[in-house]
Formats: sequence, C-alpha cells, structure tokens
Amino acid sequence: MGAALTMRAEKSETGNDVLIKVEGLRKWFPILGGVLQRTVGYVYAVEDATFDIKNAETLALVGESGSGKTTVGLMLAKLEPPTAGKIIYRNRDVSRLSSSETKWYRKRVQMVFQDPYASLNPRMLIKDTIMEVMKVHKVGGRNSYDNAVELMTRVGLSEEHLYRYPHELSGGQRQRAVLARALCVEPEFIILDEPTASLDVSVQAQVLDLLKSLQDEFHYTYLLITHNLAVVRYISDRTVVMYRGMWVESSPTRKLFGGAEHPYTRALLSSVPIPEPRSNVAKQLLKGEPPNPTERVKACPFVDRCPHVMPVCGEKMPPTTWINGSHQVRCWLSVKK
Amino acid sequence: MNGILEVEDLRVEFRTYRGIVKALNGVSFTVERGEVFGLAGETGSGKSVTGLAIQRLLPGNAAIVGGRIVFDGKDLLSLKEEDMNKIRGKEITAVFQDPHTYLNPVFTVHDQFRDILLMNDREIASLKDKREVKKAVDNKIIQMLAEVQMPAPERVVKMYPHELSGGMKQRMMLAMAFSLKPKLIIADEPTTALDVTIQAQVLELMKSLQRRYGTSVILITHDLGVIAETCRRIAVMYAGRIVEMGGVDSVYNEPLHPYTRGLMRALPRADKDMKVESIGGSVPDLVGLPPGCPFHPRCSRAMEVCRKLNPKTLNIDGRVVECHLYDEEIAKGRVA
Repeated sequence: MGAALTMRAEKSETGNDVLIKVEGLRKWFPILGGVLQRTVGYVYAVEDATFDIKNAETLALVGESGSGKTTVGLMLAKLEPPTAGKIIYRNRDVSRLSSSETKWYRKRVQMVFQDPYASLNPRMLIKDTIMEVMKVHKVGGRNSYDNAVELMTRVGLSEEHLYRYPHELSGGQRQRAVLARALCVEPEFIILDEPTASLDVSVQAQVLDLLKSLQDEFHYTYLLITHNLAVVRYISDRTVVMYRGMWVESSPTRKLFGGAEHPYTRALLSSVPIPEPRSNVAKQLLKGEPPNPTERVKACPFVDRCPHVMPVCGEKMPPTTWINGSHQVRCWLSVKK
Repeated sequence: MNGILEVEDLRVEFRTYRGIVKALNGVSFTVERGEVFGLAGETGSGKSVTGLAIQRLLPGNAAIVGGRIVFDGKDLLSLKEEDMNKIRGKEITAVFQDPHTYLNPVFTVHDQFRDILLMNDREIASLKDKREVKKAVDNKIIQMLAEVQMPAPERVVKMYPHELSGGMKQRMMLAMAFSLKPKLIIADEPTTALDVTIQAQVLELMKSLQRRYGTSVILITHDLGVIAETCRRIAVMYAGRIVEMGGVDSVYNEPLHPYTRGLMRALPRADKDMKVESIGGSVPDLVGLPPGCPFHPRCSRAMEVCRKLNPKTLNIDGRVVECHLYDEEIAKGRVA
C-alpha cells in the first residue's frame, strides 16, 4: 500500500489540472401517481450544476435543504444517473463508462455520508467492513489486514478499534472509521456529504483537521457538500453556491466571504449566527422560503425573495457573468454593471 | 429575588440496561423575569434533560433524585400531577426542535390550535355561548398566526402539518406557545432543524415576541452563535453540571473554564479566518463517571487535584465557574 500511495502523491503534484468537470448537470425525479403509476410530474431537484474540481483541492457545494447539493453528490458518485448534462472525469464521460470502467471509477471516487451510524453495518466489525471493500476492489491482497491497521492509524484510531462494532464507537470515532473505509481503496476523489453535521463542536474540529492533514499528505481531492458556512470557510479552496437546483455563484472561498456578488449568497452569509455578542453584522433577513421544487424554474429562482428584484429577473434566466478569471455569478444585477 | 425560575442542585438519573446514567449532577441556576437565558452544551451534557425536568416531562425510566425547582414561588417538585398540569402548557410552554413529532399529522392547524385554546385560554373558557366561543377561537388563531407573520393565515389554518414547511411549522409552534401568555417558554433547539436564512427569521421573530410579551425564555441549544445573538446570560453545561455561567459578553470575550475556552476555539467561524483548535477526546460516559472534575481527561491544564476532587462552585466577578484553577485554597496548596 505504501508504494501505491507515493505513486498517487507524485501523480497529483505534477499539475493543478482539472480532475472532474461537471457541465449542465440536471436531475429530475419523476412523481408517480394513479393506479398505473404513471409519471404525473417531476421534482426538479437539480436544474443546472456546472463546475470544475481541480486536483487536490477542496470544492465546497453550499446550499440550503432542497438546493440539490446532495443529489449532485450522488450523481458524481454514480449512484444516480443524471437526467441531462455531463460528468467528465479524467477526460472520460462518466455516464458512458463500461462496466469494468465503472469499477475503475468507483475505486477512485468514494463517498462519506452525514450519519456514520447509518452508513456502517451494525452487525459487522469495523475490520470486516473495511476488508470487505478491499476484497471487492481487489486491493491489498494478502496484506489487507496490515493495510487496515495502517488506515486506522492514518485516521487517528488504533488496531483495537478494528475489533469494535459501530455502536461501540463514539460519533467522532465512527466518522473516522467511515473515512478509513473510504480510503482503503486508495481513492483520489472523495465526496464528503455533511461529514461533520452529526458531530459535536469539540469533535467536529478534530475531524475537519484530520481531513485537512490527510489532504496535505496524500493529495486527495474533496467535494464538500454542506450547509455550514463556517466549515466551508475553514477547509475549502473554492465554493459553489446552489439555490433551488441551480448554481448561482462560484468563486474562490476567500473571495466569496469577502465580496459575494449574488444577493442570495450575501443573505446566506449574513444569516449565520456569529458566536460573538454584539457583533456588528447587519442582518439581512430574507422574506419567504425557497420555491416549490415541483415547479420548473424559468427565470431566476431567487426572484421571489430577492431584495433587489427587477422586472427582467422574473422573465429570463440570468446569464453567467464573470467577475474575474475565477469568480462567476448568475444574476441580472451583475450583468447591468 | 427577581427570578421567575430557580433551580437548585437538580439531580436526575436514568435507569438503563447499562446501569444508572447520572444525567444531571447538581444543576443550579436562576432565570430572571423577561430575560432570555441560554443553556449551551454538547450531546449528553444534560441541557435537554434540564428543560424536561423543569416541566416534569422526563421519560419513565428517569427520576429526579434531588434538588428543588421553584417556579413563580411554587415548588414544582412537590406539586400533585393535576396541579402541575395547570402550570404545564399555561404558565410554562415548550417549543421543541423537531416539528414532525409535536404536531399531530391527522389534524389541521386550526383543530390543533383550537384544542389548546379551549383547554387553556381563560378568556375563552369564560364565554358561555357556543357561537361566541367559536368566534373567539377563530379570531384568536388568525390573530396569533398573523402575529408570527405566517403567510396567508386564513389559508394556513385549513392545512395539515405536512403541507407546512419547516419554518412555517416552527412559526405555528411559536404562535401556540405565546398564545397563552405563559410566564416561561422552554425552547429546546427551536431552530436547529431549519436552514440558516429561515433560522434568522425565526430567531428574530422569537426575540420580538418575547420582548412584546415580556416572557422569560430558556433557549437550549448547541449553537453558540444562536445564543450570542439572542441571550443575555449563558450557562455552559458539561456532563450534567453547569461549568460556567454569566453574562454573554463576559463569557464569550473572556471564558474562564478550560472547556468553555476550548469550545470557543473549536468553533470555525463564518465571519473571519481563524485557526481552529479541537478539544481532544470525547464527552465522558455518564455511567460511572470518574471521580474529580468530569472534564479532567480532556483538559490541557489538569492538575493532580482535578483527578480527585470535584471542583467547587466559585463566584468570580458575578460569574459562576466550576474549576480548580480558580480556587484560591487550591492555589495556596491547602488542599490536595
């Protein structure tokens, strides 16, 4: 395993190239109704997700519930087929992979879910959970047990934890075990869906630091799906903000927190409660709630709640505007400038 | 005393198959009239149990094994169940985290709201004529829903809970909680299930209702940001005890207890770049707590005495701290 690891590390250091490219990704879930279970409508979960993820960086996908961020993650993990759009991974179209290529892809792309208790089999020892994955993907071979022990130390656990059942671990330890399972096939791209949402603050920081140090050492590429903006600021390099299934702003994280363009991003940032009494942040309260996902978005999805709404916002979809080489926004206000 | 609620040395135990879980090990605090009091802590710290114990709503395997709870001059723990029923839902009401569990899915908003008013509202109970009662109930419901800024209250009253969004359900809960003009509201993670933009709306609403009615609120949450923006005083709980309590300004700006300090540093911030430092280890098992300060296995400044003796409750400049570091007698070396 050690040798394989170094190889990966060298490969990714060669350039800041794009690892995965997502273009116009769309997912509509059919609503079935009536005796014949015909499709009577759709939940338009994702309308347009477009972004690149570069090698060894962390891209954060941010949005509120129903924004479609988790569905994007599932499509990237090839757990849900997209309705339209493309996922290009190392110049290969993911939806056109043959079955052997799919196996190749699944080995390189791993997913970590929010609730570690639900994603571990309660009747299997952590050892068996990890070694089963290695067996399926044919890694490790005779050394697989030693590899499992090495993985455990890498995520801050020890050999003894291999012989525990999930219920015998604390929340933070469980999330580390899930991470060890994801890492056991030597992936390069890891989708983290709310990895710390079920953890307490004191433990959350431990897991975030672990993710960071693993990335520094082994150059993993992360897609971080979360609603927690503090976590985004802490560990991500770039951020894509989603609203009602569409990306609305995409920017390096530092710039986004300093100068967000989209009114939704600005409201989102100002809504986060700051743990500092009398912090003089003027709250920008949004009115209303996100629109119904069973209706198609024809114009800007934020039109009903936007404090700066103009007539054109309700008529046409705003085009992509480049603020600079790395900062894109989709808002009519930015077009006018 | 100006307190609406005084809790003194409250102790609660749960019987489980693993043994006795000591959920609360002597919790004392006072909630003043018209203030929002924040109760913070991580999972298993006892913050929710405290809220339930005050309402005497603990589950069957739990028992209050010590302490006193005095609410508005009445000793709640010595009240008969029927007298407690008169307080619960009228003078003390609750707002919970999960909107799915407290609303009945098969009744409309109107039906559920009406039941509460018929059972508890004095003005409505004094009316004789059935038609008058109906009219008063309908008016009150619409008025309260309008007060919590529910969109289209006339339409919402006919809806079932599943037709409401999370934010609307929480608005309805606030309307129900405030409609009886209680003296104390216990809000347990009222915005945790909500998105941040909705959370900001609901918190703002709760603050304005609280000010208008002069209600005292205990806000239980793990989110230190929510407390900083809502409360005047905060109590930080750990392993069934309050380890630090005081004004929000002083506790946040200069935390004394190593746990509070650790929490503030472990919190990634959305408003500024900050180095985050985690607290090692995890929350202790409440079955068979080790002797001494419950935080000592994780504390970077633990001393020999911390492993042996429970820290005393100290008063420092109007702040309550339970930590040996601030105990002068220990500093002088008289103990340990």
